[in-house]
Amino acid sequence: MSAITSALPLPASGRVPLTLRVFAALDRKAWIALGVFLALALVVVPVLHLAVPPESLFHVSTYAITLIGKIMCYALVAVAMDLIWGYGGILSLGHGLFFALGGYAFGMYLMRQIGRDGSYQSDLPDFMVFLDWKELPWFWLGSDSFGWAAFLVLAVPAIVAFVFGYFAFRSRIKGVYFSIITQALTYAAMLLFFRNETGFGGNNGFTDFKRILGYSITAPETRLVLFGLTAIALAATLVFAAWLVKSKFGRVLTAIRDAESRVMFIGYNPLWYKLTIWVISAVLCGIAGALYVPQVGIINPSEMSTANSIEIAIWVAVGGRGTLIGPVIGAFAVNLAKSWFTVSFPEYWLFFLGLLFIVVTLLLPQGLVGLWKKIMNKKQGAAA
Amino acid sequence: MKKRLLTLLLLAGALSAWAAPDPALVRQLAADDNSDKIAAIQQLAAAAEPGTTRLLQAMADDSLYALDGKLFVFDGENTLDALSGETVELPEGADTITVNNRLRGELANALAALKLFDDDREVRLSAAQELQSNVGAELAPVLAKAKAAEKDAEILALLVSAHAKASLQDADPAVRLAAVEALASVNTPAVRSLLLPLTEAAGESDAAVRNAAVAAVKSIERSLAWGDTLAAVFTGLSLGSILLLAALGLAITYGVMGIINMAHGELLMIGAYSAYLMQSLFRSQFPELIDWYLPAAIPVAFFTAAAVGVLMERTVIRWLYGRTLETLLATWGLSLILIQAARVIFGAQNVEVSNPSWMSGGVELLPNLILPWNRVIIIGFALFVLFLVWVLMNKTRLGMFVRAVTQNRAMAGCVGVPTARIDTMAFALGAGIAGLGGVALSQISNVGPDMGQGYIVDSFMVVVVGGVGQLAGAVWAALGLGIFSKLLEGWAGAVIAKIMILVAIIIFIQKRPQGIFALKGRFADQ
Repeated sequence: MSAITSALPLPASGRVPLTLRVFAALDRKAWIALGVFLALALVVVPVLHLAVPPESLFHVSTYAITLIGKIMCYALVAVAMDLIWGYGGILSLGHGLFFALGGYAFGMYLMRQIGRDGSYQSDLPDFMVFLDWKELPWFWLGSDSFGWAAFLVLAVPAIVAFVFGYFAFRSRIKGVYFSIITQALTYAAMLLFFRNETGFGGNNGFTDFKRILGYSITAPETRLVLFGLTAIALAATLVFAAWLVKSKFGRVLTAIRDAESRVMFIGYNPLWYKLTIWVISAVLCGIAGALYVPQVGIINPSEMSTANSIEIAIWVAVGGRGTLIGPVIGAFAVNLAKSWFTVSFPEYWLFFLGLLFIVVTLLLPQGLVGLWKKIMNKKQGAAA
Repeated sequence: MKKRLLTLLLLAGALSAWAAPDPALVRQLAADDNSDKIAAIQQLAAAAEPGTTRLLQAMADDSLYALDGKLFVFDGENTLDALSGETVELPEGADTITVNNRLRGELANALAALKLFDDDREVRLSAAQELQSNVGAELAPVLAKAKAAEKDAEILALLVSAHAKASLQDADPAVRLAAVEALASVNTPAVRSLLLPLTEAAGESDAAVRNAAVAAVKSIERSLAWGDTLAAVFTGLSLGSILLLAALGLAITYGVMGIINMAHGELLMIGAYSAYLMQSLFRSQFPELIDWYLPAAIPVAFFTAAAVGVLMERTVIRWLYGRTLETLLATWGLSLILIQAARVIFGAQNVEVSNPSWMSGGVELLPNLILPWNRVIIIGFALFVLFLVWVLMNKTRLGMFVRAVTQNRAMAGCVGVPTARIDTMAFALGAGIAGLGGVALSQISNVGPDMGQGYIVDSFMVVVVGGVGQLAGAVWAALGLGIFSKLLEGWAGAVIAKIMILVAIIIFIQKRPQGIFALKGRFADQ
């Protein structure tokens, strides 16, 4: 145990205060980049959106804010996926489920905030009136409280991930087996949420939100606050993830990824390491889902489709697995390409996406970050 | 002497050709009141005199005319007197007898009842079948008469049930009781609803009949429940055979190379579109042979899918050897491209693939258990493919190599098995079997670009439950999953059934991570 830790450059954990360790998680350049990012998201974008007139070249439109906000949620999911796949070596095809669970948990609160402003002017959400339900089902209890909703956003994905992960990792399901089982789980959940009787709005899901904490959800200020919160969540997740993967926990996790049997023979039980990172990853997805729903204004079961979950993996792969900036770059690159393609060449988007899957796995196993490093190394080699 | 005899015979023939029923009843057919007409029709049918058929048929065809108590039949050329059969001039002012819908129904029943006395067995059979529904009490006498005269067992059974149905409204409780008891052995939903009113005091005054009806309804329901269960098992078998066709190829490639081909469903799609293309080709080039497009599509689908499989293996999968998770993603990319290609080539809409005439229809085992031919044939086809794969895997050199690589790739390579070539061959084989599965699917479900997407999870579940590298495992798992999910569907609905199956599988691999049939051996890591 000590052999592993002492071989690494950082001081053994436990002796350095936590704040210092978190601070040491990123190097100076990374802290500066993060600071610039937050300054852009919290100051520059709001000013350009509110203060600059719409006809100006520098005006940031509502469309752009929604799009970037949405992609930041995706980037958060991608970082969560990278923790489990890039560092844990476990490919999940079910992260769409945790994302959607977070979204649904927060969507319940948003549905209750509509109040009597729905089409049926009832206390119940419209779809329940439509189903002729007289009262809220038990699992909607407390959904009008923001605090409870926020708790559910964290707790529901965590519990689902814990129960499923415990059984899966305990029986040492791994590799493609695990991937397909997670896909089956997500598929089953999608079928469940598509049913009207399940109590989550059937295939229409939740939409037509009006307010959040009493503020109008379409007001520019609310949008900017949500945008800023998403940016903060993303930045905080990156710092947390950087600290996590450099901690002893993170190093054992990476060792399990590379040689699980050997780690077991040394005396670690991989179950708890895998389970912990799995639950953390799920909770991060839940947070992303909760931030996504008020910005995009809709959540429905198609978020749990197989294709969505696999797309998360390709964001990570495009950016570069096993790096933390990679998933963020990948999520932005793929989703910006998607927005452009679906407007300009809708027919070719799937061809492009399919090719992306093949090209990245065949030619760019380290993603864009790996490519960048290669080019830099060559340059340095040429200079030297 | 001979001539005289001939004349006599001719005369007798003419007489029998125009033997007329009771004149009073015939005249009553022209009555003003519809009830009188119906009474006449029923009595004529009950008497079943020769010649009645022609008369009633003429009435049903609106070619029976009446004037002043005389009736005339117009047979297309001549007008004949309905009673004497003489050719006459149609008198001025004679009008057709008006037949409304109620009368038409009565006429149809009466005519069917009369056909029960026809010499042709087929005519009697179809008449008896027609009389299984909507028989009224008035037909009871004629049915009894026909029953007494009938020799053919099949027709007799039908007549017994028709007679029982007709006598359910008889005034005599003993007759009703006999009828109920006779019907207890006829297990159809229609008889159940016929007997149901008799189980209540409002519908049946006699206690003995009521009790018999209760018992009869119970026994019918028991037998119907059997039929429903058997029907669920059969659709389960049919689903299982489809799953088997989809999973066999996946099991081979997963066993040999340890990879999941996410584009496997799209190979099914390619097989189905091959069937569609063969159908179009036969329609335009050999319309007289259109029924044979399906057998022709089988090799085409196999080789098309196998060729696509080889292409996939050579261009993508081979280069990702040992990186199973990346292979999964790359094959997902391939599946997206194949789906979009199908959309561009064939359009996003489903295309129409019709069953050949020899596959439509079905065989009726129980009144509520009909086995459609297309499903029966697909089960047979799956067995046939399974047999071929078994022969290939167990009796040929290629099969031996494939099994060897499945068990231990490194050791197989050491003793000279060309593992790279075996990979390609195994992948082509798996893809080809998927193509065959696609042909089968085209006969029972929609053919469209997205059709393969739903099968990847299901067929992988088969592989997981069955165990890797074992044909027997795939067979048991496919049939078991098919039958279980259909039985659960009848009980809990399709969505809940699917979720229950998935949860059950997740629990199952807790206990047996290697599946039902595991390869024996010692592995620290796979």
